[in-house]
Amino acid sequence: MATENGIGASAKRKEDARFITGAGRYTDDINANGQSYAVFARSPHPRARILDIDRSSADAIAGVVAVFTGADLQAHGIGDLPCGWLVKSKDGSDMVQPPHPPLAIEHVNYVGEPYAIVIGETLEAARNGAEALQTDFEELPAVVDLASADTADQIHEAAPNNQCYDWELGDKAATDQAFEKAARTVSLDIVNNRLIPNAIEPRAALGEYDAAAGTYTLHTTSQNPHLERLVLAAFVNLAPEAKLRVISPDVGGGFGSKIFVYAEETAVIWAAGRLRRPVKWRAERSESFLADAHGRDHVTHAELALAEDGEFLGLRVKTRANMGAYLSTFASSVPTYLYGTLLAGQYKTPAIYVEVLSLFTNTSPVDAYRGAGRPEATYVVERLVETAARELNMDAADIRRRNFIQPGDFPYETPVALTYDIGDYEASLDKALAHADYAGFGTRKAASEEQGKKRGIGLSCYIEACGLAPSQVALSLGAGVGLFEVGEVRVDVTGSVTVVTGSHSHGQSHETTFAQIIADKLGIPFENVTVLHGDTGRSDYALGTYGSRSLAVGGSAIVKATDKIIAKGKKIAAHMLEASEDQVTFDEGSFKVADSNQSLTFGEVAFSAYVPANYPPDLEPGLSEKAFYDPPNFTYPAGAHICEVEIDPETGVVHIEQFVAVDDFGHIVNPMIVEGQVHGGLAQGIGQALLEHGVYDETGQLLSGSYMDYTMPRADDLPSFAVDTTTTPCTHNPLGVKGCGEAGAIGSTPAVINAITDALGVKEVSMPATPETVWRALRAVQG
Amino acid sequence: MYAFDYHRPTSLAAAAELMTNAEDGVYLAGGMTLIPTLKQRLAAPSDVIDLASVDGLSGIVRNDDTVTVGALTRHADVANSDAIPALAELAGNIGDAHVRNRGTIGGSVANADPAADYPAAIVALDATVRTNQRAIAGGDFFTGLFETALAEGEIVEAVDFRVPDSAAYEKFPNPASRYAVVGVMVARCNDAVCVGVTGAGASAFRVSALEEALSADFSPNAIDGVTLDDADFNTDLHASAEYRAHLVGVLTKRAVARLV
Repeated sequence: MATENGIGASAKRKEDARFITGAGRYTDDINANGQSYAVFARSPHPRARILDIDRSSADAIAGVVAVFTGADLQAHGIGDLPCGWLVKSKDGSDMVQPPHPPLAIEHVNYVGEPYAIVIGETLEAARNGAEALQTDFEELPAVVDLASADTADQIHEAAPNNQCYDWELGDKAATDQAFEKAARTVSLDIVNNRLIPNAIEPRAALGEYDAAAGTYTLHTTSQNPHLERLVLAAFVNLAPEAKLRVISPDVGGGFGSKIFVYAEETAVIWAAGRLRRPVKWRAERSESFLADAHGRDHVTHAELALAEDGEFLGLRVKTRANMGAYLSTFASSVPTYLYGTLLAGQYKTPAIYVEVLSLFTNTSPVDAYRGAGRPEATYVVERLVETAARELNMDAADIRRRNFIQPGDFPYETPVALTYDIGDYEASLDKALAHADYAGFGTRKAASEEQGKKRGIGLSCYIEACGLAPSQVALSLGAGVGLFEVGEVRVDVTGSVTVVTGSHSHGQSHETTFAQIIADKLGIPFENVTVLHGDTGRSDYALGTYGSRSLAVGGSAIVKATDKIIAKGKKIAAHMLEASEDQVTFDEGSFKVADSNQSLTFGEVAFSAYVPANYPPDLEPGLSEKAFYDPPNFTYPAGAHICEVEIDPETGVVHIEQFVAVDDFGHIVNPMIVEGQVHGGLAQGIGQALLEHGVYDETGQLLSGSYMDYTMPRADDLPSFAVDTTTTPCTHNPLGVKGCGEAGAIGSTPAVINAITDALGVKEVSMPATPETVWRALRAVQG
Repeated sequence: MYAFDYHRPTSLAAAAELMTNAEDGVYLAGGMTLIPTLKQRLAAPSDVIDLASVDGLSGIVRNDDTVTVGALTRHADVANSDAIPALAELAGNIGDAHVRNRGTIGGSVANADPAADYPAAIVALDATVRTNQRAIAGGDFFTGLFETALAEGEIVEAVDFRVPDSAAYEKFPNPASRYAVVGVMVARCNDAVCVGVTGAGASAFRVSALEEALSADFSPNAIDGVTLDDADFNTDLHASAEYRAHLVGVLTKRAVARLV
């Protein structure tokens, strides 16, 4: 690495100065002349028929500009919010996609569902108007319990038994056969608890309409502004894409919840056009709890068939997945292609069969949340493997080693449709065991017992599929969009570089990481690179950020564009140095002619590109290149996490004594940023295991609807993490990178629960393992 | 927030008069509960009467066998006072630093949140709540969920705590809000043992069965045989009545263990 702050350097984040000095520019910081304010009227009922909305009382409120209902949007041709991934049931039928109007028209189906938008001269006026709206509802019995949702009242006319789909993957006959001949079987019933995303910045939107140009501009908190624009154009029927601009400025976290195209942003931009004046909306935190798509919420029965020596022979998984009241933008893909496909884990299990029954309930829609399907899969596999070790009296590390896919087995085709390109799972496990002093656990456990405490240790060896996604694969599995990425490298006259990426940073610090790549490849100062993102007016059609795809896919597109810059630069250098193009090399920022002392700096070539003296007819001026990168395969980050807990048996309080995460992310561009991503992911994964829970009461009201009741992980809930890496570079992208954004949330959760069940000597503890849950589990075993 | 008339009187008499004249008035002390409630439009008072400029309502004074804490004394000031160490410890674990720097003891006791910390000390330290009208015994002050013996318009001026020979407060915080799921203050005064519990029921209470057992034998194991009736205990998302009853025992033992 010749360049300072190039690939591999822990460069300080370019973004931090503005973020920590309050100079960031978020959607709610942006104001337009003549702006009005929107407040949504939301259903107080989990399920009801809308009998009448009397808007006269709202219209009468001082400062109310307009009230629009779902029927108004429908009358103006505004379409439903679509789900972008078609999943087919076992019998070949398409999934059921019930109508999802942005504002409810005849029925409301979850508490918080918007049914009217009230626009005021001020926020107060809009609020007063929304409160004054007189709406008659006929309450209907709500379907809340996932386990019985298929036999409860039918929510949508289109969805008998509340079924969205009944999907399968894998070889059922081979799996059943494996179980028939297996010496041992292990089974587990587990619940993957519902989570509420809680990005620090709530969703927001500012819609503007330029009547002269007939164009719309929507500033919003989106992880993928082009998708927002595509849906607004192609499904919502607002305007052609060319008349729409979607801008995601600084965005404070997403975790998946800002991928989706929601009702509120849609209604805001439509209303801006209708009223011919800007409309602003920002969610209150209590709205975020109700109206951001939730995560997880699975009920699963899983079985593992083993030989007497612990060899895995077959895995059978039956899952019920909660979709909530409607299909959110990518909801259908999460418990299927992002879940069932990951059930091989790191193991050579030869036969796997998974069935997923996906059901509607009268709860907030559920969609991708940090990890999206992969945490759920990892939880199934790693809880089951640990349980098998205990029931077969094998060491938890040994049973994993016995079954790992070995370095020589790659590329390895799993029985659930993926081909892993590379990995070394034992290397990560060995390193994690060493960090955790696994051998010394018995001594520590004895010391805890002397203090009257229970101590346990749990492992989790996870794999995930990142770098979403090879378009061909995604499209063949039902995706409605390709999943390539675009990158553009614009060299300025003076040699500084502007990068336009289709990836979107909402905390991932692309401005830093992508600048490091450019600095490294072009041999120019890191400070001379500016990265732009999040604006459909600036970049070509792009797919945005989720699924740990930004570096592996977006970064690869930038590398590809940079290669084009170098190729073009060689042409220019050849012309300037009167050499042939194939004699010119580029290294560390200099174009050189082979076997000569002639050279040009990158800046000299850039200047020439825009001051093109004597250019021959076949040499275009300018130095600006764009590339689209479609990955040939997913990337497969993997690793080993170890959690050690001490439990106070009197109260059931779990204290995490140590947490070790050893991850293989392939090559790493910025180790500091990666470590930060891992820390954040671990906090969320541990949060799921111990603290976080989206809870509805039996009537369908959200009980955990504020920070008084929804437990976000805090610093004092977490230990100081031991984080390390191993490296097997991805074989199929130019950077050899895999992605690191979700690993922490995927690997950590089962490690925590494995440690707790180890300490308690019980098979299962439900998540979150709150003090009372743990206390009860302990009381049950102690009799 | 709905519109209201804001007042900042400089005397208790003026404050009380404003309240009398208000259609639906409310006093503002630290505002740690009232302001969020107003912002969420969960309350619509006609008048907010801010007590911040009324003189003489804050400060901590040590008397012979009592400590007087003025109603507008911030939690942080109680936490930093050495008058009653157990009370300082209790105050130091209320909410977070922001809450402790704004919230007041008078506001807390008048609000009577079932999960607030101060009520455990009010009942365990035989406190007297002094108002602009009278003195109310600590044991009589809390009458139910968010309910007190305060008459309409009555203003808490100060709380007189009995100085115990020794006392300790043990809190099991709600993991989300950090209010008390259960908080127990154990205090010894002369030969008497007082056990005050917050968080477990509709309002703070003393547990005579525990006090009797501990008066006979002041050691953690003395309460082993005591079972608590949890029929009136709270059940919520975070803890069942049964678990709360269990925690009362555990926290009492831990408090006692610190005092023996």
